[in-house]
Amino acid sequence: MTPLLEVDEVDVFYGDVQALFGLTVTVAQGETLAVIGANGGGKSTLLKTVAGVLRPARGDVRLQGTSLRGVPAHRRVGRGIAMSPEGRRLFPSLTVEENLLVGAHSGRPGPWGLARVYELFPLVSERRARPAANLSGGEQQAVAIGRALMANPELLLLDEVSLGLAPVVVGQLYAALPTITEQGTTVLVVEQDVHQALAVADRVQCLLEGRTVLEGPAASVDMAALSAAYFGVSA
Amino acid sequence: MSWVNAVVQGILLGGLYALVAAGLSLVFGVMRIVNLAHGVLAVLAAFGAYVLGDTLGLHPFLALLVVVPVMAAVGYGLQRGLLNRALGGGELAPLLVTFGLAIVLQNALLEAFSADSRRLDVGDLGTASIRLGDGLAIGVFPLLAAVVGVLVIAAIGQFLARTATGRAMRATSDDRDAAALMGIDGRHLYAVATAIALATVAIAGVFLGARSTFDPSAGGTTLIFAFEAVVIGGLGSLWGTLLGGVVLGVAQALGAAVDPAYGVLAGHVVFLVVLATRPRGLLPSAVTA
Repeated sequence: MTPLLEVDEVDVFYGDVQALFGLTVTVAQGETLAVIGANGGGKSTLLKTVAGVLRPARGDVRLQGTSLRGVPAHRRVGRGIAMSPEGRRLFPSLTVEENLLVGAHSGRPGPWGLARVYELFPLVSERRARPAANLSGGEQQAVAIGRALMANPELLLLDEVSLGLAPVVVGQLYAALPTITEQGTTVLVVEQDVHQALAVADRVQCLLEGRTVLEGPAASVDMAALSAAYFGVSA
Repeated sequence: MSWVNAVVQGILLGGLYALVAAGLSLVFGVMRIVNLAHGVLAVLAAFGAYVLGDTLGLHPFLALLVVVPVMAAVGYGLQRGLLNRALGGGELAPLLVTFGLAIVLQNALLEAFSADSRRLDVGDLGTASIRLGDGLAIGVFPLLAAVVGVLVIAAIGQFLARTATGRAMRATSDDRDAAALMGIDGRHLYAVATAIALATVAIAGVFLGARSTFDPSAGGTTLIFAFEAVVIGGLGSLWGTLLGGVVLGVAQALGAAVDPAYGVLAGHVVFLVVLATRPRGLLPSAVTA
């Protein structure tokens, strides 16, 4: 069976600086893959490449076997890729509800709508009329995830959900993930918090300096090997 | 009574300035471009209505039915073909491109229509007035222009607040890259904003051309008054633009009541005072630029 997402030996550059080196990432339909790694490992670059913000110099990104070459970011949403970007990137002058509605701009049909998102994040429902700028970090992250869900994606990209948030808040946010995957949504999560990543993912892939240094099922990963891979020391 | 009269006429004039400035304000609010061709585009619309009147005998207001959609289409094409490219070239590029466009358009109009002054004939409407009391009468045409100005501003405001496209426009104004991740095509949305702006400029141009004479070089003054209205009101704030237009109109009318030569000068002085004391305008937009 064709995987939902195939990132096939991509090289990605920021100007002259190469961030990804022939990186290959595959995500099966319905699977949750956590990509972990230290800063500068290329995790966010990978997500931006999948979302279409960055273009690979070499290699290809395929969704359900179809190449996304030349498909700009705004059209990938309609194809079923939605992202909650690093730093949330809510629209500060819009209310919470308007932020969510903008997420539905592509008009893809599916299970997610305002009511379902409010059910998933009751706190967001209470804040719906507020400007998005006046939310706590955790609330903003919940809105960012909800906004991505409003696009009814096949593939949900979550970039650094835990960044700058208290562990208890991170736990609450990740507690929503099973409800999301129950809908058949495939999730590619990028995370610095290794324990959180291992708890939610089916599979983990560890990046170091733009290359894969370790991958395997989340349930059976060897913590010593993972820690060595994460920091780039030979075990 | 002459002071009251001056204020009333000034408010009406302000409504017209707001009508002229609405498109400038919208374009600045959405994509942070100051369109220096705004004034010339208003004059272009006035010439469009003039040609339709001259050849087909259309009343200027009927000509709007043609001029408004044509100018909107020009706006869409202008943004897709020229300004979107300029946006990628830093802050100065759109300014230079619209400045160049203003010069090109003005000279093209000069070639086509010569430097003669024209006026759009709205018939009896141009001289009709309503008497409000002893020594105080308001012209029907200035009143109509002011009402249309308020309606256009209100319509743009409602469009931005209530429609899906308006919402997407505000989102793009906040963060264009994040909006792309929501499936919003910034190039298209910017073009829609410019199309709306030029549709309003078309209305403004016809009212300006019917209010007083115009020639191909009239764009400069038009741009300056519109720009002053936008800055006095607060960059990017639509209702601020209406307020700015009224402040400018009243200042000009009061100045002119003292001495006809002081009218325009008084407007510029008020503009400078506002710029010096409240550089963000009287009603600064909630979102910082």
